[in-house]
Parts: sequence; C-alpha cells; structure tokens
Amino acid sequence: MDLILEGIRKAFWLLVTFDPEVMGITFLSLKISGSATLISMFIGISLGTSIALSRFPGRRVVVSLINTGMGLPPVVVGLFVTIFLWRNGPLGFFRILYTPTAMIIAQAIIATPIVMGITLAAIQQLPQKLRLQIFALGATRFQMVWILIKEAKLPLLAAVMAGFGGVISEVGASIMVGGNIKGYSRVLTTATVMETSRGNFDVAIALGIILFMLAFFVNLILTQIQQKERPR
Amino acid sequence: MIKSTTILEVKNLEVKRGGITILHVPSFLIREGEILSLIGPNGAGKTTLLQTLSYLSKPFQGEIFFRGKKVEANHSVLEYRRKLAMVFQEPLLFDTTVFDNVSSGLKIRGMKKGEIRERVMEQLDRFGILHLSHRSSRTLSGGEAQRTSLARAFALQPEILFLDEPFASLDPPTRDSLLEDLEHILQQTRTTAIFATHDRLEALRLSNRMAVMNEGKIFQIGSPGEVMNHPVNEWVASFVGAETILTGKVINKDGGSFFASVEGQEIEVVGDIHLGERVVLCIRPENVTLSTHSSQEGTSARNVFPGRIVRIVSLGLYQKVHLDCGFPLVAYVTNHSMEKLSLTAGIAVRAAFKATAITVVKKGESG
Repeated sequence: MDLILEGIRKAFWLLVTFDPEVMGITFLSLKISGSATLISMFIGISLGTSIALSRFPGRRVVVSLINTGMGLPPVVVGLFVTIFLWRNGPLGFFRILYTPTAMIIAQAIIATPIVMGITLAAIQQLPQKLRLQIFALGATRFQMVWILIKEAKLPLLAAVMAGFGGVISEVGASIMVGGNIKGYSRVLTTATVMETSRGNFDVAIALGIILFMLAFFVNLILTQIQQKERPR
Repeated sequence: MIKSTTILEVKNLEVKRGGITILHVPSFLIREGEILSLIGPNGAGKTTLLQTLSYLSKPFQGEIFFRGKKVEANHSVLEYRRKLAMVFQEPLLFDTTVFDNVSSGLKIRGMKKGEIRERVMEQLDRFGILHLSHRSSRTLSGGEAQRTSLARAFALQPEILFLDEPFASLDPPTRDSLLEDLEHILQQTRTTAIFATHDRLEALRLSNRMAVMNEGKIFQIGSPGEVMNHPVNEWVASFVGAETILTGKVINKDGGSFFASVEGQEIEVVGDIHLGERVVLCIRPENVTLSTHSSQEGTSARNVFPGRIVRIVSLGLYQKVHLDCGFPLVAYVTNHSMEKLSLTAGIAVRAAFKATAITVVKKGESG
C-alpha cells in the first residue's frame, strides 16, 4: 500500500514541478502517437470508405483481413518493422531503425486497421438508399462520398479514438523499433516498463498515471467534438 | 389549356438483374406539366422504373431523352440529375437541422448562401415546417420528416419530380394532410411529376394520367377514367378495382349532399364540396342494386337510373353486370337474383345506389 501512496506522491511531485525528463517523455509520446493516429486516420478513413462503397471479387477476404488487422499484436508489427528497417533489410537504406520515425511507422501500422475497420462498418451501416438520395440531389461522386463521411462522423471519431487508444498504450512495437533511448525515443510506455523492471515502482506509477491521464484528456477532447452541439 | 411538350421520353428501356429482365418498357413519355402516376403491386417495377428514369441505376439497354436530348451515361448524367429531384418512401434525411437538410441540394450546386436562405425559407413556409427550421432531423415525426424531404426536393425547383411512394409509411391522417398540401403545391408550381403508389385513390387524386404496372411491364397507360373503366385486361381490371369511376362537376348543393353532373345525368352524393369543383366518384359494384319492374317497391337509394345490360361476366358465386345508364356502371348480382330477375344482356333494368355509397375524390376547379 505504501508503494502505491509513495508512487502517487512522487507522480504528483513530478507533475507539479514539470520535471523536464517526464515532460519530454510525455510530449514525445503525444507526438509519436498523435502523428501515427493522423496517418492512420487519412489512410483508414479513405480506404475504409472506398472499400465500403465498392464491390469487387475477393471483397469478403479483404474485409476479413481488415477485421483481423484490428487486433494486430504490436510485437508482431514491431518484429516485421524491425526486419524491414534492419541495416540489411529491404528498407534498411533509410537508416531509421531506433528513431521516432520508425515508431510512428509501427504505430501507424497498428492503428490503421482499427480506423479502417470501424470506418468500413460505419459507412456500411448507412442506408443503401441514402447514396441514391445524395446522387438524386445532384452530387458528384466526390460530393457523395464526402456527405457520407459527414453522416458517419460520430462513429468515425470513435474510430480515431480507438486508434489513438491502441497506440498510446502500446509498448511492444515501440520498444522494438524505437529502442527506448533516453531523451530520444523513450516514451511513457517504454519508460514505465524500464522503471518497473528496475524496481523503481514510484516512477513507474507516476508514468502510468500520466499515461492514463493523457489518454483520458485526448479522448475527452475528441468526445467533446463528437458530442458537440447536436441540435435539439 | 397549356400546350404540352414532351419533357421525358424513353425508348426500348430494359433493366436486368442477375441476367433476368426485371423491367421492359418499349416506349414511354411524359409531357411538361403533367402528373403521371405509376400504380402496381409491390415488385411491379415502379421503383426500378423511377430509378432508371432518373439515371440512378443504369439500364441494360435503352435510351432516355430529356427535352429531346439524349442522356448519355458518362457526361450528361450529372447535368440531367441536377434538373430533377427525387423523394423516396423513407425521408432519408441527413443528421443535421431541418434547414440544412432542405438546403443540401442547393449547397451541392454551389449556390450562394443568401440565395439558399431565401429559397429554403420559401419551401419551409410552403410545407408548414418553418417552426422546425433549427430542429434536428432525428427528432421529427414521420410526417414532419417527409415534409422536410419534399421541401428539400422542391427547393431545387426541379423540372421533373420523381416521387417513390412518399406517403406509404405514414399514418392515414398525416398522409391525408400531406397529400392535400402536395396537391396544392404541385398545382401552384406546375411541376411535372411521376408518382409511384399502390394506392388507387392517391393516384386518382393527384394524377392526370395513370400507368398500371406489373411484372416489370406497363400494362396500360391513360387517363384515370380510361384505365378504371376500360381496363385492357383482367389483371388490370382486378388491380384497379372493379368499381365504377366517374368524373363530374358539382352543379348543385343541398344540405349535407351535393349533385354532380356526370355525362348529362345528375348523381346525388353525400359530402360537402364547393359548386363548380371537379370530382371523381367511385361506386363499388356490391353497392349497386338492380331491378326490372318499373313499379319499384320503395328504395332508400337516392340514385336510381334506367339503363341497359351491356355484358355479364360470371365470377362463380355471383355475376358481374356491366350497365349503360348514360354512364358506365358495374353491379354485382347473386346467381339467385339473376335467375329471379331473369337478367340477360340487352334488357332494360333500373340501377340504384345510395348517396352514401360513393367515394369522392376532389380534383380541384381547374383541369
């Protein structure tokens, strides 16, 4: 019990004093996971919408793959990104293994299927006839897609939240492709793992609380946007 | 009368689904300003025809001409679609306010804000939903939602309006009030419209011409009187109903009833309709009684007409008797009465029906 209380006290202290190392780690976490979420949002929403609106042979297989991808184990992603970015790997010439860029790539790979899968479901649950109605209102194909995305904006924001939630709390891939380098690629999750293994439970708890609060506030903001001013 | 020009013409239209022809219309045209109803049971092809005419689904083959110009699959479809509007059975509103819903088609066309506002306000007012302007479409009743959908279509000032059973999912009182408003607005705006319905009375009330559809084909097309009184085949006859449909004009009023002049004869009908208005009268054959003796025992029926039997069709348990009383009239007679009265084609009879046994459809003063 003392352990937890001490952890909370320490966490409070680290927070109110704006401990530079903790702040740095927090901002890096936010930057990496935020960028990864943004990338996954563009790819996931656009691809998810196009797949939802088109019919082609093998579509079922593609949809099953996306749905499976929603539960992609981060360590597997970490493993493959590491292999690809390895010095002798196919993309080794980029020399970005153990950099924040590599972490963004890995996290984007984790978040994209999540965003895509939820987008797919959200667009598909709109009534079929709505598309006809939008066309009948004189819309071009592009306008039709844009209106459908706006119609599905609530579940789409949920998709973005799920994507962000998935990557901000992810540790396996980050540690594998980022390397947990102090002041460079150390993020909240990797730091928590390290401090715990060192027996520094107080710092680990502090980092855990920050991580939890971060996830909470980001989702709070997105929820505010989602529920904003729905007319009576 | 306005000179009517052809606005939409179709040649050899065929639609296939999964290799099976589900719609085949060799030729079909709609004149400017007319309201054409498509009637038929579910699955008759009404929706498919509307969606093909509006180019929302591509035909397997065939050509569509709008004001004489062919609508081509790739380049002129958008231009064509921006001249029409469509209202479905479901309101299909967007998840926003009533105002934004009604303005959506105009926004798609890139119209300026001020202009949009003016047009939207006009339509909201016209459909009696001005007070709902800022309400979310998700909180509307069925009738309000369908009014919004209609306002959205009319805001586009379409050259041709497609209505796909717009009232089918509304309760009767809501449907009646909306039908009345739509009738006025169609008259005011002189909008050309094609209206799919399975309700014969709706079709009679709104349309100048009727097309009866079944199994992907148009069986008959003509004025409501033509279709109702001279069905081309048994199927049409059974679908449009066996009742007599008469068109007339109100020439006299007396207390709770009025007199309509129908082909020179006067028919008394219970109801309150202004003098000079045009009406359609529907008389069900089971409500018509026949007698042969001129010295008739007292009947409470207010309408008694001498006539001649034109044709008798056996329906098994009873007979369907077609009469000519100066206007066409159909009566059902039991086999027992047939024998008792010894009715045969050609003989003179007296037909009677009550003033309360007539369904009245108002057609307005013009037309």
